[in-house]
Amino acid sequence: MDILNEFIEVAADPGAYARRIRASGRSVIGYYCSYAPEEIIHAAGLHPIRLFGTGGDSGIADRHLQAYCCSLVRGALAESLTGRLDYLDGTVFPHTCDSIQRLSDIWRLNTSHGFFADVVLPVKLTGENARKYLIDVLQRFKRDLESYFDLVITEESMRSSIRTFNTIRSYLSEIYELKSRNPGIISGQELFSIVRTSMVMDRDVLRDKLQTLLQELRESVPGREGRGRRLMLVGNACNHPDIYELIERSGGQVVWDDLCTGTRWFSGAIREEGDPIAAIADRLFERQVCPSKHKSPTARGELLASQARKHGVEGVIFLYLKFCDPHSFDYPYLKECFKDMGIPSMLLEIEDSLPPEGQILTRIETFTQMLGPKTGAVHAETSQTGREG
Amino acid sequence: MSQTDAEKKRKFRSAKRMREIMTEYYIEAKTADQTGKKVAWITSGGPVEPLIVMDVIPVYPENYGAMIGASHMGGDLCAKAEALGYSTDLCSYARADIACALENGGPIGGLPKPDMLICCNNICGTVMKWYEVQARLFNVPLFIFDTPFCHVDFADEARRYVRAQIDEYISFLEGVCKKKFDFDRSMEVGRLSLKGQQLWQEVLDAAAHRPSPMTAFDAFFFLALIVTLRGTDKVVNFYTELLEEMKERVSQGISAVENERYRLLWDNLPVWYRLKWLSDTFASHGACLVADTYTTAWCGSMKYIDENDFIDSMAEAYTRIYLNIGVDEMAKTIFEMIDKYEVDGLVMHSNRSCKPYSFGQYDLMRMVQEKKGIPCMMLESHMVDERSFSESQALTRIDAFMEVIRKRGPGAGTAR
Repeated sequence: MDILNEFIEVAADPGAYARRIRASGRSVIGYYCSYAPEEIIHAAGLHPIRLFGTGGDSGIADRHLQAYCCSLVRGALAESLTGRLDYLDGTVFPHTCDSIQRLSDIWRLNTSHGFFADVVLPVKLTGENARKYLIDVLQRFKRDLESYFDLVITEESMRSSIRTFNTIRSYLSEIYELKSRNPGIISGQELFSIVRTSMVMDRDVLRDKLQTLLQELRESVPGREGRGRRLMLVGNACNHPDIYELIERSGGQVVWDDLCTGTRWFSGAIREEGDPIAAIADRLFERQVCPSKHKSPTARGELLASQARKHGVEGVIFLYLKFCDPHSFDYPYLKECFKDMGIPSMLLEIEDSLPPEGQILTRIETFTQMLGPKTGAVHAETSQTGREG
Repeated sequence: MSQTDAEKKRKFRSAKRMREIMTEYYIEAKTADQTGKKVAWITSGGPVEPLIVMDVIPVYPENYGAMIGASHMGGDLCAKAEALGYSTDLCSYARADIACALENGGPIGGLPKPDMLICCNNICGTVMKWYEVQARLFNVPLFIFDTPFCHVDFADEARRYVRAQIDEYISFLEGVCKKKFDFDRSMEVGRLSLKGQQLWQEVLDAAAHRPSPMTAFDAFFFLALIVTLRGTDKVVNFYTELLEEMKERVSQGISAVENERYRLLWDNLPVWYRLKWLSDTFASHGACLVADTYTTAWCGSMKYIDENDFIDSMAEAYTRIYLNIGVDEMAKTIFEMIDKYEVDGLVMHSNRSCKPYSFGQYDLMRMVQEKKGIPCMMLESHMVDERSFSESQALTRIDAFMEVIRKRGPGAGTAR
């Protein structure tokens, strides 16, 4: 499929794509978080782009951040300080974890990418007070964009952006569903590239390309291997396309995920009637929750369990960036939730680069081989850091 | 070896009284099931006053974490949490407390079980995850008091949001306690809280005197009351006595460190299991840690409190605390402290257990060096996990740092 190659190309070098957008006269606004109000940026006629904090040495971050800071935050600062983000006209920091919170301070004090905004979202995503506050925060963000870029974001452009993003999200959901039903139609790495490109590409172009791609996928007959054990990836942002291939070579295949660069980012639709800002706020409230936000003490466990059930997941790989507090706190609980369902799990803690291929293959292979028959499966866990359950 | 008279004189007589008060407090908390009182676990920066109004006993896992650290039980407990799957990179207070809650281990046989959990995220996001763990374990109601981070200012919408949550909090308490909130009493509790904070600030201010009658290590010890019993007359009475003792020490020329030559500022939480060692090591260089950013945090937002409208002004006071503000805002506080206490150097504890306190320290360090021209050093640890601390490495750093300070000479102070 030619169209797939386009997705793979953009995903491989988002910066090059962003530079082309900028050269065409559009301002580019970057962010590191799936809670960024992309629709508002888009409605302003600006180009929203997800940043990944990868692509080079992060040693320069040592001047500002200790070694016990996660590789995403260190990589983010490094890519700014070394000039790799020269295509940006602004950055937005939605409030998430303690590390990103301080990254925002360090960023504001040490880098210059034009527009800068902290979008201090509520941490608690329940109740009318938090909802009202979230609406206020988004309205402030809209005003900040309008005043910095000297423009007006009309209600009509908001509505149009909301429709675009809803369409994109529904296409991505359908592609995920198709892959879950028929994993052979597309490889994990290809799906990774589709999602990544969807965070980068001009959204109107993207919408049409996704539609074409989806059409082809609907008609496609699984040709490639699709018989691996059905696995779910749970973790933060995944910057490692190779992991999918390693999993497939180890007798597994990813049929679903709960990733910041996966379903957490595109889950949920925005109401198309009524006040657009309130509708955007409601989706952020209702979408699949990030562990740095609070819905209820058991919300994530219940959600992930129901997804695992729905997609016939046989094993779970927790793919965590080292030093990620919100995910690490949830790990023992989620591991138990899956164990109670008879679904074994393993934890892969990684930093900017993956461990040597041989090591990771052995670990995943051991895991997939330990997956017993679907019923009465034993809980098996291997852990790089020696955390045995 | 018997203590010299000077050493005896340096001991605080108030320390005994403080231990008695804390013992009484823990006995009351541990026997709550017999007295019919309810127990709430609450974060150290959380709004405790409404609990006092409702006659709920506040219990602080973080204060307990400090006890665990000081009694060198942190390493074992953290290892137990790790065996459950909690990463060794997580906050060591949280790891130790999670392990204790499961097996009633730790000092004083564990904390009394909570009837409710009150989590205020003005100190970190970690507490939210930690309290979610405890909410699942104890299956009790959890109230999250969400205080939006103030990178540069306290936005109007944040003010409205936090204020609205005070009402939410009160109805939550009324629901759990099945009784009405007494607003008249809240006025009195608010006054006592503010008075306690004022007295605590005055106690800390005493260290501005040369030589200082106290060290930051003393402050770490005496801090427990303003954290745990804020809003009661016990705090007011005790700090009144302590302040009296400080004044006596000043008038009698009792210094906390013998022959104080250098004055240092400490940043971040203490290394709870090496308090004495650090205190002695610095004292051996004639250096007194006269102040710290940590204990000051419990009186740092008094300026936002309106004594006559405590409930309303609480919103701002609890949101704009030291850890909930931007790095450049924190720098202002540090600059003020450097001037106020006439500090010769800054010791930063890079605390693996506390990312929001520690990330940004390199930038703060540069700001301090540029603006105040004083030497800075950094020590790394996990605050209650003694397995993470290297004494020899710390000693080398302290020696090298003190050498720089010595070359500049005492009282070289800042480049103002």
